[in-house]
Amino acid sequence: MPEKQIVLKNCQMINPRDINTYLARHDFKALAKAQVMEPDEIINEVKASGLRGRGGAGFPCGSKWEAARNTPGDEKYLVGNADEGEVGTFKDRYIIENDPFTFIEGITIAAYAIGAKQSYIYLRSEYHRLRNLLENAISQAKDKGFLKHVKIDIREGAGAYICGEETALMDSIEGKRGEPRYRPPFPTTKGLWGNPTVINNVETLMNIPNIILNGAQQFRQIGTERSKGTKVFSVSGDVAKPGVYELVLGSKLRELVIDLAGAETVKMVQIGGAMGRIVSSTMLDTSLSFETILGAGGVIVYNESRDTIDIVLRTMEFLNKESCGKCSPCREGTEAMVKILQKFAGGRGTPKDTGLLEELSSTMMLASLCGLGQAAPFPVIDSLQYFRHDYESRIK
Amino acid sequence: MDKIKITIDNKPITGRAGMTVLEAAKMAGIYIPTLCYHPALTPFGACRLCITEIEGMRGFPTSCTTPVNDGMVIKTNTPQLQELRRGILELTITDHPYSCITCPTNGRCELQKVAANIGMKEITLPYIYKKRPTYRNDPFFDRDYNMCILCGRCVRICHEVRGATAITFTQRGIKTVIGTAFGRPLQESGCQFCGACVDACPTGALTERAREWAGLADRDVVTTCPYCGVGCQLSLQLKKNRIIEVLPHEKNEVNRGQVCVKGRFGITEFVYHPQRLTTPLIKRNGKLTEASWDEALNLVTSRLANYHKDEVAIIASAKCTNEENYVTQKFGRAVLGTNNIDHCARLCHSPTVAGLARVFGSGAMTNSIHDIGEAACILIIGTNTSESHPVTALEVLKAVRRGAKLIIINPREIELVRFADLWLRPRLGTDVPLLMGMARTIVDENLMDQAFITERCENFDAFKKSLQNFTLDTVTQITGVPKDKISEAAHIYATNKPASLLFAMGITQHSHGTDNVLAIANLAMLTGNIGSPGSGVNPLRGQNNVQGACDMGSLPNVFPGYQQTTNETVRQKFEAAWDVSLNPTQGLTLTEIFDAAHHKRIKAIHLIGENPILSDPDANHVRKALETLEFLVVQDIFLSETARLADVVLPSASFVERDGTFTNTERRVQRVRKVIEPIGASRPDWWIICQIARGMGGKGFDFENPSQIMDEIAHLTPIYGGINYRRLQKGGLQWPCPTPDHLGTPILHTQLFTRGKGRFTPLQYRPSAELPDKTYPLVLTTGRRLFHFHTGTMTRKVKGLNTLLNEGLVEINPIDADALGIVDGDILKVISRRGEVPAKARVTEWSPAGVVYMDFHFAESSTNILTNTALDLVAKIPELKACAVRIEKSHHR
Repeated sequence: MPEKQIVLKNCQMINPRDINTYLARHDFKALAKAQVMEPDEIINEVKASGLRGRGGAGFPCGSKWEAARNTPGDEKYLVGNADEGEVGTFKDRYIIENDPFTFIEGITIAAYAIGAKQSYIYLRSEYHRLRNLLENAISQAKDKGFLKHVKIDIREGAGAYICGEETALMDSIEGKRGEPRYRPPFPTTKGLWGNPTVINNVETLMNIPNIILNGAQQFRQIGTERSKGTKVFSVSGDVAKPGVYELVLGSKLRELVIDLAGAETVKMVQIGGAMGRIVSSTMLDTSLSFETILGAGGVIVYNESRDTIDIVLRTMEFLNKESCGKCSPCREGTEAMVKILQKFAGGRGTPKDTGLLEELSSTMMLASLCGLGQAAPFPVIDSLQYFRHDYESRIK
Repeated sequence: MDKIKITIDNKPITGRAGMTVLEAAKMAGIYIPTLCYHPALTPFGACRLCITEIEGMRGFPTSCTTPVNDGMVIKTNTPQLQELRRGILELTITDHPYSCITCPTNGRCELQKVAANIGMKEITLPYIYKKRPTYRNDPFFDRDYNMCILCGRCVRICHEVRGATAITFTQRGIKTVIGTAFGRPLQESGCQFCGACVDACPTGALTERAREWAGLADRDVVTTCPYCGVGCQLSLQLKKNRIIEVLPHEKNEVNRGQVCVKGRFGITEFVYHPQRLTTPLIKRNGKLTEASWDEALNLVTSRLANYHKDEVAIIASAKCTNEENYVTQKFGRAVLGTNNIDHCARLCHSPTVAGLARVFGSGAMTNSIHDIGEAACILIIGTNTSESHPVTALEVLKAVRRGAKLIIINPREIELVRFADLWLRPRLGTDVPLLMGMARTIVDENLMDQAFITERCENFDAFKKSLQNFTLDTVTQITGVPKDKISEAAHIYATNKPASLLFAMGITQHSHGTDNVLAIANLAMLTGNIGSPGSGVNPLRGQNNVQGACDMGSLPNVFPGYQQTTNETVRQKFEAAWDVSLNPTQGLTLTEIFDAAHHKRIKAIHLIGENPILSDPDANHVRKALETLEFLVVQDIFLSETARLADVVLPSASFVERDGTFTNTERRVQRVRKVIEPIGASRPDWWIICQIARGMGGKGFDFENPSQIMDEIAHLTPIYGGINYRRLQKGGLQWPCPTPDHLGTPILHTQLFTRGKGRFTPLQYRPSAELPDKTYPLVLTTGRRLFHFHTGTMTRKVKGLNTLLNEGLVEINPIDADALGIVDGDILKVISRRGEVPAKARVTEWSPAGVVYMDFHFAESSTNILTNTALDLVAKIPELKACAVRIEKSHHR
């Protein structure tokens, strides 16, 4: 079976409101071990593990830490990114709901490694109800003496999808309007208030205690060439058993959506949410890895009854609404896409319009400031590739 | 500076570390289209047009955000880039109204220029109509956000440069629109109406209403702003010899493309105002009636000739040019034979001139305005910089953004307090003990610059001894400032070098004004903060040419260049040059002139461009003095409150109708240029004075133009020795500039003090002359506001400025207001021992309890009826900043 519980191993096994149930299984041993290591040793271990960011971009975690550690400065920050805004993605919610302690332990180790005395958990506003649970976990960890070297504060978002993007997230923490910043400089050199900052996804940090405790080599044993370890997926849509599944990286899409989630007929699968890729039913043997398709692990299954244009239009309407408005390729581009897709939805498309969508996609992908604008055309170009007839049948 | 070699479009270029690719390309003359880029702002990277291809970098990095690295190979203009730019620009234009032909910005629009460069063909994408709001009722400028391309230049300049943060992006995505917090009107948003947003806007979204349909200017002329002492360089836009717009000039060392609301929007209206004086007036049967120049000049010369030299006085003008001040004092000294010459500098910085001349040798700002931006610490005492010297305040904000520490010492909560690390709020008139307390902390904790004190200063021991009286307990008791704050201020100032010290009339307008100035000088010398960039003692001068009027000797004790009238050698030099014998006795000061007029010892006054009835203390006394005169001549551009009392009124040309120079607060001599002919029969003041002088038989008044006057000034005034109009063509020069090849002096006292050694002065605490008591329980302090200037002669002619502020307000603390049953907007009577004034209440914590504040811009609430004439013994400045008053609610207006 491709399923393997590394990240989720404590879920359903402990009481998330009681640190003692966590200590009984695990005892913050990874932190204890980390604290007798040199920060550079920890970073090397994480680098050696091949752990890549689980938020979608897949940047090597150890290199990110190293960059922040090597940037001079007294003030450094670590941020646990719990702004899980991507459509159809709910694994971080499940993780926090069930095991806030491993997350916190991951933060403490990361902060120690990069030299941050202050860390933040950036919680999406829709997860407000998790705040109390997290605060409780933080205060219990503090009472037990695990937070002597780092302060953890929670910052809540205000509902903007873009604030999951790390630079917009920093604006939001700084109390500004959340808009992406240009890079370079990267957050690891100039992040929060101009200081070196590491922003890691919840799931990335969940992997850290395991790597420290059991070593990089054990972590590397599973996965593919460039995708080590497991990935937690959130599956929803036309499936019998929607939910959260942890799979070895490189598992096949079929194993996830058919074998585990119980999909019957599949027309298309949207992997990685609104900005993710769309694949057709003929591609179920695609493996799920950084080399192929992954995103943050949100998987939405659509059966044969679903209308392609409707799916793409609704996705684009979402992105249009969530565009921050800073750069024009995204601001006007998503608007123009919605307008053109609406023509198809109403059966008023013209032969020129598909070409227009393709040109527009190219401009947006190449010229947008941040990932949102660059990835917003994916549903359009993927559906044009696999379901072109659905467009052409709507040309008047 | 690290040199970096890069290649742009196959052209080898040497850049500097820290430069962006765009800056390097601009430097090399390579055009890259941009819309959101602005040289004064941090990069934004939003318009995406400046994309490039850089070897070894993924995608298309924006040149405005990408720093140059050694060996970088950059392409800016490949077919793919241009194609991509067309795609981006098409998106930008899909929601922009295609109305370029009728756009008021037509011809200046950057969007048009970029579109032309990229070569927009057709718009294939669907048009987006945004239905964004338009605002046409704010003062001075219109906002039509349908034409906005969201480059954010307006928002960023408002935040990054002006510190006003009045506007921001609101909404998100395609609905994004520039607006104010909670959609409040601009006037309630903290907007200063400086127009920086209008100037930064690349499209027609923001436009000055008055010039909207005026079309393109056919020429522009650079000149110096006539309002405050900052000396901003303005670019007058003319069409068919009419000024259609006044823009801030970019390439100069003073304002660098910034200006305040008065300079930006407050000039054209007064210049062309129908109330401008266009003909001489002579009082006949108690009424001022029109007269010819011959009549008026004959009357003036014949009447003035009748008086003994001790019976006449000249009140010169800090609004007039250096050349005009020079001929004015020459007329007084050489023709009337009197040294009774003074001007409003007496009321503003005479303690600075007297105090700093005594201990440093020069009574002027030691450093330059743009130098303030380099400071590591700025101590601001007795100046409401953002209201009185708005563009200088921008340098303060710049330093703060760079991490400089800001200390404010002010009883009032001024705007800059928002940006301060530390705000001390002493009781009014207790600056000497506070500064001595700071000095004592610095000495006690050994934070002083011992080497500087030993090598460059004298009299330290006597000063140190005088610190004994100022224990922190005593100082706290007198000033009301907690001990830890005094100590913290001392620490910050002494340990963050270089530290710049700014002050203005909150320091000088006291009966102990000179002591205040000396206390400041002590503190700067103690910490070695003199003579180096980013340090200094920097008095901010009030009027556009108050520095110049002093430099030119419009003072009772000095010839031009601060050469003493009592000095035999000096006098002989001027006697030889002017071919007359000169009066050796020191003349009367401004305040003494009015007293003497009251007692009929002064019988005739020739007054130029001042309005003492509103600007001088105890205004009723001034009015009576002027009414007592036998003969009063007034030169002005408007019939001011004072001009109404004159026997002869001579119409002056305004600053755009004459050539000349102004010297700004940082000693920079800058050109004033004639751009239009004098309105009506008005004439430049220098011409008027020369006519009168010649009419009275004066020799050496045959100047054909102000350039010739400047040559005579240079000849007789060592600090102006190297200044002439040919040199000033290229930009201002800071005195001392002794020879034609001297480059001017941005920083004084770099090696030695002007007088040799800097002199420490032992000081004692002396309270204000008039303290509150049972009958007059509150202290009144006075000042200026951003939207008006001085007595309002010019600014109150400007409709938009009157919309922003049109009445005198009494700022009163809620505690005092409650005790008196006053609510915001009540009409009050403010009463002092000298008179009473009506004004509206503004209940605000900006004023500390026990203190009320008024400005003196409004004749209807003539604040100076209340103020005290008690004088500083050294500088003879009256105590305008503190007098005792009581407040009553008025039941009718």
